[in-house]
Amino acid sequence: MSTTTLPPTKKTEPVSAPRGGLSDRSKAERRLGWRLAGPAFVVMLAVTAYPILQAVYESLFSYRLTDPDNRSFTGLSNYWVILTDSLWWESIAVTVFITVVTVSVELVLGFGLAMVMAKALKSIRPVVRAAILIPYAVITVVSAFAWQFAFDINTGFVNSWFAWLPGVSADTDWFGDKWLSLLVICLAEIWKTTPFISLLLLAGLAQVPDVLQEAAQVDGATWWQRLWRVTIPNMKAAIMVALLFRSLDAFRVFDSIFIMTGGANGTESVSFLAYRQTIARLEIGLGSAVSVLLFIAVVLIAVGFIKGFKVDLSQARGE
Amino acid sequence: MPNADGYVRTGRGSPPVRTPTPRSRRRGVASAAALLVTAGTLAACGSDDGGASSLTWYTNPDAGGQAEIASRCTEEAGGAYTISTSVLPRESSQQREQLVRRLAAEDSSIDIISLDPPYIPEFAEAGFLAPVPDDVAERVTQDVVQSAIDGSTWNDQLVAVPFWANTQLLWYKKSVAEAAGLDMEEPVTWEQLVQAAEDQDTQIAAQGIRAEALTVWVNALIESAGGHIIEETADDPADIKLGLESDAASAAAEVMKSVSSVGGPAFTTAGEDANVTDFEEGDASFMVNWPFVWGRALGAVEAGTLDASVPDDYGWAQYPRVLEDEESRPPYGGINLVVGAYSENVEAAYAAAECIASPENQAYYFISNGNPASNSTVYDDPEVIDVFPQAPVILESLENAAPRPLTVYYSEVSGALQRIYHPATAVDPETGPRASELISSVLAGEQLL
Repeated sequence: MSTTTLPPTKKTEPVSAPRGGLSDRSKAERRLGWRLAGPAFVVMLAVTAYPILQAVYESLFSYRLTDPDNRSFTGLSNYWVILTDSLWWESIAVTVFITVVTVSVELVLGFGLAMVMAKALKSIRPVVRAAILIPYAVITVVSAFAWQFAFDINTGFVNSWFAWLPGVSADTDWFGDKWLSLLVICLAEIWKTTPFISLLLLAGLAQVPDVLQEAAQVDGATWWQRLWRVTIPNMKAAIMVALLFRSLDAFRVFDSIFIMTGGANGTESVSFLAYRQTIARLEIGLGSAVSVLLFIAVVLIAVGFIKGFKVDLSQARGE
Repeated sequence: MPNADGYVRTGRGSPPVRTPTPRSRRRGVASAAALLVTAGTLAACGSDDGGASSLTWYTNPDAGGQAEIASRCTEEAGGAYTISTSVLPRESSQQREQLVRRLAAEDSSIDIISLDPPYIPEFAEAGFLAPVPDDVAERVTQDVVQSAIDGSTWNDQLVAVPFWANTQLLWYKKSVAEAAGLDMEEPVTWEQLVQAAEDQDTQIAAQGIRAEALTVWVNALIESAGGHIIEETADDPADIKLGLESDAASAAAEVMKSVSSVGGPAFTTAGEDANVTDFEEGDASFMVNWPFVWGRALGAVEAGTLDASVPDDYGWAQYPRVLEDEESRPPYGGINLVVGAYSENVEAAYAAAECIASPENQAYYFISNGNPASNSTVYDDPEVIDVFPQAPVILESLENAAPRPLTVYYSEVSGALQRIYHPATAVDPETGPRASELISSVLAGEQLL
């Protein structure tokens, strides 16, 4: 059985468009567009482009915040120090692990929740949506503390509630071991951001035309077949955008690690490494270089998704 | 009590999402603009204070003692200055991070700071501290314990006003020590404690967490064994001579390993607070910790969350020895007062700092907040001895206390130590040399931390 998607709508040329140029109206609209978007564009340049360029520039120096007089140009040596340090590669591995685990679990859970939100009885729909979205409204630091307290060996309830599970006892120190710590960090991240993914997927679900579902039903397709052959192919764009946004977000994980382990037992992420060099050590040059590498990693993920999976960002907005 | 406030931070929930109508959006913009204007006006009012200097004192979180001292000194000044307090983050490393960034930007609103002593060299070297006038230096060091003076000195100059001085004691359960046959009147060694804990099937609580507390412990052990983490400091980080490959460092490593074997299941994540909980609950019968332990137990008894028999069984003694025939060097901590170099009221700030650190205020702070005084005369105060029967032991401990390495690069040294010495369960004779190597290459800018 083949998948069923609607053909892309053809873009129609404006009838009145003169050959080789824009009509006065189009020009006016374009100008208005720039005037409306212009201020936001300038603000974006000031708050994102400027700091990024500043970080790139500073990453070429050996520069300690408390010792500005001894600032010296060192070229790419900061990058060499980072890329030859095993700590950098360990942090990359931890970050990739957290990203892959959390995003895949969130995608499955988020899809389920989106279906629940879409199909819930009309009378309880607002309640269901609100309930699902609550974790997303909680500040990450607060959520990290809540999860830490829950799993703490002294104050937590997890050890006594789940003592029946193999491997869990009153003496299980969740934050004393790399993999147990990462498990709790991933759980906290999943709990907190699944609502975000389900919200994006809900928007995608709403785009699946009912006519296709009905046609498939008439053809005798089962619920499972409709899900795999009609629903998912038609919301591919929404799924890819949700995956992209969450992967970029997950790759920058910091708060939960900072609160729960402080980077102990090999749980440092790349963002944490940047924090430690820049804020704790005050080595602005080295820290900026870590941040630039993190930025490059994030750009590679974004480009990888957009080129590799052919994600069309405009489609997710329903254009 | 200082640590009773726990880690809970409050957070704001997001308001329910509602699509604004054009009208409410306009109103939103208008009220935001009004808010900005009001804030600007208020800020302008705040800086215009007429004759009296208005000082801001950045304090570390406590049970309200510093705020009370600020209002007492404001009253005493009779209009010469007013002190308002502003609370810094809870962890001392985070206090430093915030202060360094603001001072690097030459923030003139920082007048007085309650600063953790290990960071004083870094602040002094960066030129963040206003020089202490000679007459003030003379007055504020009178009768002050030597460790607190050392902790306020950099390059042979007093750069801070000693305020309160902290030290760790050995806390023990009298019943368990007796059952183990330990004579607590005599100095005890870590080895004896480990033996006693094994015999009595109990735990030793120490700070195994990967945090500043671990550096405190490592430093105290190496100092007690007669060594130093930094043998010789230098301006150029490449010339700093480390002492982590010494016999003292390997003796310290041996102690860490054996203590962690009787440290309980959460030894590698336990900090001071978790240690006290274990001690109160009876899981641990020996513990090295700061004197807030006592106030916390009495407070818990008063609140009805702890049985009165628990603190009755508390005993306290000098910090355990590493070597049988060498006196222990307990940790030195506490808070010293520094004046920001960019303050517009340096003179008033020093007058205020002198008032804050007066023996009367130190006694008040000791009694009310449980933070020991740096001035030795306070320890003769009968009221202090009444509330803190440990006072004489604390004073003796302060006199023997060893500061953490005095270096501009303290946070690098401490961070590297924490990375290598954690978890204590995996410490071996090679740990010291490995830490030494890491610190050297981090200081040379060849490695990440």
